[in-house]
Amino acid sequence: MTRQITEDQVGERIEAIRRRPQRFRDERVTMAHGAGGKASRALVEGLIVPLLDNPALAALSDAASIDVGQERLAFTTDAFVVRPISFPGGSIGELAVNGTINDLAVSGARPVALSAALILEEGLSAEVLSAQVEAMARAARTAGVPVVAGDTKVVERGKCDQMYIVTTGVGVVAPETQLAADRVRAGDKVLVSGTIGDHGVAIMLARGELDIEADVHSDTRSLWDLVREVLARCGTGVHCMRDATRGGVATVLNEIAMAAEVGVVIAEERVPLRPEVMGAGEILGIDPLYVANEGKLVAFVAPEHADAALAAMRATPAGEQAAIIGEVRDEPPGRVLGRTGFGGHRMIDMLVGDPLPRIC
Amino acid sequence: MTMRFVDEFRDPELAAVLGREITALCEPGRHYKVMEVCGGHTHTIYRYGVQDHLPDDIELVHGPGCPVCVIPMGRVDDGIAIAEQDGVILTCFGDMMRVPGGNGSFLDANARGADIRMVYSPLDALRIARDNPGRQVVFYAIGFETTAPSTALTVLRAKKEGVSNFSVFCNHVTIIPAIKAILDSPDLRLDAFIGPGHVSTVIGCRPYEFIPRQHGKPLVCGGFEPLDLLQSVYMIMRQLAEGRAEVENQYTRVVAYDGNPVALKVLAEVFSLRPYFEWRGLGSISSSALQLSERYAEYDAELRYDVPGLRVADPKACQCGEVLKGVLKPWECKVFGTACTPETPIGTCMVSSEGACAAYYNYGRYAKQRLHLEIAT
Ligand code: SF4
Repeated sequence: MTRQITEDQVGERIEAIRRRPQRFRDERVTMAHGAGGKASRALVEGLIVPLLDNPALAALSDAASIDVGQERLAFTTDAFVVRPISFPGGSIGELAVNGTINDLAVSGARPVALSAALILEEGLSAEVLSAQVEAMARAARTAGVPVVAGDTKVVERGKCDQMYIVTTGVGVVAPETQLAADRVRAGDKVLVSGTIGDHGVAIMLARGELDIEADVHSDTRSLWDLVREVLARCGTGVHCMRDATRGGVATVLNEIAMAAEVGVVIAEERVPLRPEVMGAGEILGIDPLYVANEGKLVAFVAPEHADAALAAMRATPAGEQAAIIGEVRDEPPGRVLGRTGFGGHRMIDMLVGDPLPRIC
Repeated sequence: MTMRFVDEFRDPELAAVLGREITALCEPGRHYKVMEVCGGHTHTIYRYGVQDHLPDDIELVHGPGCPVCVIPMGRVDDGIAIAEQDGVILTCFGDMMRVPGGNGSFLDANARGADIRMVYSPLDALRIARDNPGRQVVFYAIGFETTAPSTALTVLRAKKEGVSNFSVFCNHVTIIPAIKAILDSPDLRLDAFIGPGHVSTVIGCRPYEFIPRQHGKPLVCGGFEPLDLLQSVYMIMRQLAEGRAEVENQYTRVVAYDGNPVALKVLAEVFSLRPYFEWRGLGSISSSALQLSERYAEYDAELRYDVPGLRVADPKACQCGEVLKGVLKPWECKVFGTACTPETPIGTCMVSSEGACAAYYNYGRYAKQRLHLEIAT
């Protein structure tokens, strides 16, 4: 007969399991592996990283850091697959440019140049294609980062959904910049650069499958100006930054909590949220903390620099609604907890699968 | 659309006041067990930390009202068998996609080549049928009386529009037999119930009257905001303190005592009661589920396709039945959080956010520690 164990012991057992190295056990790739949550983590950390095995990749940051002579370069790549390809507030072309710029920016790198590979479906109209390339050009101009190399491939009808874009970016990290998950420590404040969940909700609504009318726009934009200002004001007082794309703010908080072995506590009522996004989330049973953003970052800042970082963010157009949402603790390591607006509290775990609408 | 109004149902100060009043109603030394029947309530409790406002002596026990949780493995396999037939598009609510069957989940079936699509309502499934006249579209219907009316309306619409490539694989269940099964289960001592708000909008409060009458236990139909739940607990505690056992309605802004006669009529038109239905963990319960009535048999996927229809035994380690009945707390299941996690669920309670195990795993752990969560500005 099994011995009766207590609730706390169950908690400890779960922690131990959560810390185990990831393994990829599934027989096939399912959609859950693409959703940015735990299954994605198992795919990347359990299958891909061990095979390609090298220290720069194993750091699993938004951009890899590589030293070339005296320079520290940041190097990153990202694939963009979105349906529909145009949506309120943006389109796949802008996402492809801004997304890669932001991976560089949150690594503290000044984006220098991008490459783009376009995978096009047979039959795609020239009008749609040129609109998307124009969108890329516009985003690149706005951010001041040129697309300097590229490739195109055409696949048979049905083998891709209109078009996919893969962009790669290179940036330069200033010698004094030090951003890394393991620099996050107890006492740090947690900042988000603005309202969360806008992009993901805009996409869900743009698919037209829901009977919800709401004016929600994707937040796709470059974050480099904001990052530059924050680094200029706070320097090494900024310990780590991540852009909160797939998997949302909750996923970023969990990744950092685990990487830095710290606890993160947030006050939910402080998280900036548009009423429309909150409303759509309510109706669909989706927690905006898990919804993708394309122009929002989470920053971990030493407490004495937090107000300056907040002011720096708010002074840029990308960060007008920035807020301090929480802080880092010693306990419980690897965990994220939220104080709910209702005065209770809850755990905020990694996302499992896709954020699926609730049904009743 | 604005949702500002919800704030008034989430006021932490009102919650603290109610919490104190509830505490004052507790008889010293008595331990209260109150079951929230509905998975939506379970979700709210964990999502907002409702228990933090309740004294330790009041234990909220999670009930069987989670639509996904009660689907037995065999019915998942049946769905996959339909989806694997030539030309079929199977449609279902998102929560269903990860429910494990004997041979994997719908997601796994998709990875093997099936075409199972997530929809937000049965009407979406009907639209897919209209848009794909060359394919057969099957809606995998689940849920209690809450979702059954929209399935019924969709069948009516399909008939009216003559959409013949549409059918329904019906897994709709009814709440009252499940509550009866729980009341008859010998290993549980409950003091009262929080009745399922959404189901009650359809069936009303009258069907619960046997609970106080025959079992002497109060039931309060409650809404889904955290304050609704606290108020429901308060109303229950008042009844217990005053020695009453009645059906009361906390969710009056939505639930009429007699339910929704229009919805009930549609249900009676389109569905008939199955003689029995296998519930996950609870076993076979007579007259507890719906099937398409004879007049709409042409839309019944069970008649249109050969399904295995096998009873697949739950994995040995699975204790979902005990959890669904509230006999075990989620963490007391032997595989909780180790072999059974939201990403590799063994049981259904670990899949939907309304399932007790998933709600506890995702939100509830650490709740006991009452951590100091004030954040200095
Ligand atoms: S932990 Fe898993 S197997 Fe155990 S009761 Fe919960 S869902 Fe079922």
